[in-house]
Amino acid sequence: MTDASAFPAPDPAPSSAPALSLDGVSCTFISRDSPGQRYTAVADVRLAVAAGEFVSVVGPTGCGKSTLLNVGAGLLAPSTGTVAVFGRPLEGINKRAGYMFQSESLMPWRTALGNVMAGLEFRGLPLPEARAQAGEWLKRVGLGGFGDRYPHQLSGGMRKRTSLAQTLALDPDIILMDEPFSALDIQTRQLMENEVLELWQRKRKAVLFITHDLDEAIAMSDRVLVMSAGPAARMIGEFMIDIPRPRDVAEIKTSARFLELHAAIWAVLREEVLEGYAQQLRAA
Amino acid sequence: MKHLRLYQIGLLVVLVAFWWAMTKPGLLPNLMFDNDRQAAFFFGEPLTVASRIWNWFVITGDIYRHLLVTLTETLLAFGIGSVLGLAGGLWLALSPLASAILEPYVKAANSMPRIILAPIFAVWFGLGIASKVALGVTLVFFIVFFNVYQGVKEVSPVVLANARMLGASPRQLLRHVYLPSATSWVFSSLHTSVGLAFVGAVVGEYLGSSQGVGYLILQAEGSFDINTVMAGILVLTAFALVLDALVGRIERRLMKWQPRSGETEKL
Repeated sequence: MTDASAFPAPDPAPSSAPALSLDGVSCTFISRDSPGQRYTAVADVRLAVAAGEFVSVVGPTGCGKSTLLNVGAGLLAPSTGTVAVFGRPLEGINKRAGYMFQSESLMPWRTALGNVMAGLEFRGLPLPEARAQAGEWLKRVGLGGFGDRYPHQLSGGMRKRTSLAQTLALDPDIILMDEPFSALDIQTRQLMENEVLELWQRKRKAVLFITHDLDEAIAMSDRVLVMSAGPAARMIGEFMIDIPRPRDVAEIKTSARFLELHAAIWAVLREEVLEGYAQQLRAA
Repeated sequence: MKHLRLYQIGLLVVLVAFWWAMTKPGLLPNLMFDNDRQAAFFFGEPLTVASRIWNWFVITGDIYRHLLVTLTETLLAFGIGSVLGLAGGLWLALSPLASAILEPYVKAANSMPRIILAPIFAVWFGLGIASKVALGVTLVFFIVFFNVYQGVKEVSPVVLANARMLGASPRQLLRHVYLPSATSWVFSSLHTSVGLAFVGAVVGEYLGSSQGVGYLILQAEGSFDINTVMAGILVLTAFALVLDALVGRIERRLMKWQPRSGETEKL
C-alpha cells in the first residue's frame, strides 16, 4: 500500500441529498418469447445510501438484488419509481457510479494495465497519464508486477483485484458491488474484503454492496438491508451495524455484537431463504 | 512426437518415389496402359516436373512475374473482402432493422455458387487483375462477414455493461469492445479466408487471363503439357502453404490475449 498522502482527506459533501436513492422502484420483465408472461423481480423498493455510507443488501438467491443494482447504475430503467443521484433524477448511465460486477467483466483483449486504464482512456485522459495512474492503482491492489498479463493469465482473485482497481481508478462517488467476491475461495475473499474496507475507509465513498453472505454483509457495512424472496421482492428489514471501525472481517466474526446482530438479521432472513428455496424446488 | 518432421519428409519421399516408379517408361510392366509412355503422358514425371520448376525459378526466372501477379490478386482480394466483410458485419450486427430486412438477401448471396460469377466479372472488369480480385472478394467477404456478425452478437453482455459504466461512448464501444471481439472471430477464420482469396485468384486466372500462375497452367494444359501443369500445381501448393504459415504467425502475434487450452506459462 502506498502512503496515505496519495489520497485526499475524506470530505463527505455537506449535501443533505443521499448519494443514491431509489423510491418506489418496481421492475417487471416481459418474456421475449411470449409477451403475455410477466415477471416482477422487485416491487416498491425504497432505498437510500448516504454519501460515505456502506450499505449492504442481503436476500435469498434470485430475489432481484442484482436488478436493483442495475437500476442504480442506470443500466436498467425501472418500470415504476424514480432513481436520484445526489438529489438529481438519474437519466441514462449513472456517471458518478462505479460498478463491480459479479461475473467476469474485464476485456479479455486488454492487459491488466489496459483494463485498469480503460475508464481513464474513455474519459479522454492523455494515454501516458492514464497509464501512470492505472499503474498506481494496480500497485495499490497488489498487482504491481502483473500489468502486462492478460485476464486469462491471472487467477480469479487477481482478476477481481484488477476489476476493483478498474472501478476505483475513476474515483467514483458511488460504488456498486454485485457479489464481487462470491467466486473466490474463503481465504482470498477475507483478504479482499479487508482490502476493500481499507480502501473505502480512506476515501469514504457511498457503497451499495449486494451479497447473499450475511457474515460478509455485517462485517463490512454500516447498514444491512434484508430483501424478501422473489418474485416481487421487497425490503423487509433494516439493521444498523454499530460495530466500531476499523474492522478486521475475520476477527469481528467472533465478537459478541456481531453474533447478536447475526442472530437478529438471520431471524428475518431465514424465513425468506426457506421460501426462496421452496419456490425453486416447486419450479424444478 | 520427436521425429515428426523426419516422418513427414519420409512420407513425401515415398510418395514421390512411387510417382517416379509408376511413370518411368520401361521400368515396370504395363498393366493399365497399352503403351509404356502413356503413364508419363497422363501423370507427368517427377524429374521433368522438377526440372521445369528449376527452370522457372533459377534458369529463366520467369515464374516470379506470374507469382507476383497471383500474390497481388490474393492480397487485394483478402484485404478488400475483409474490410467490406468487417464493415458489413458490424453494420448488420448493430442495426437490427437492417439485418432483418437484408437477411434473405444475405442468405441468397451466400448460398449462390459464387465461382460462377467469374465470367461476369471477366466481362465487367476485363482480363486483368481486377476481375480476379472481384471474384476473390466475393469469396472472402461472406466468411469475414458471418464471423464478424457472430463476433459482435457474442460480445459478453457483462463486458459491454462494464465498458458503459466506465464511461465509453457508443463510438468508443465500437472501437474498444465490438471491434476487438469481432477481430478475434475474423482471425479464427483467417486461414479459410486467405485460402479462398487464393482460390479466387487462381480460378479467375484459369478462366481467362494473360498472366499469373493459373494462366501458366492454362497454357500448358492447352498443349497437353502435363509436366508443366503438375509443376504449376506444385508451385501453387507450396505457395499456399507459405501463406498459411504466415497467417498462423500473424495470428499468434495478434491473438496472444486468447487462452489456448493446455497452455502453461513458465515464470
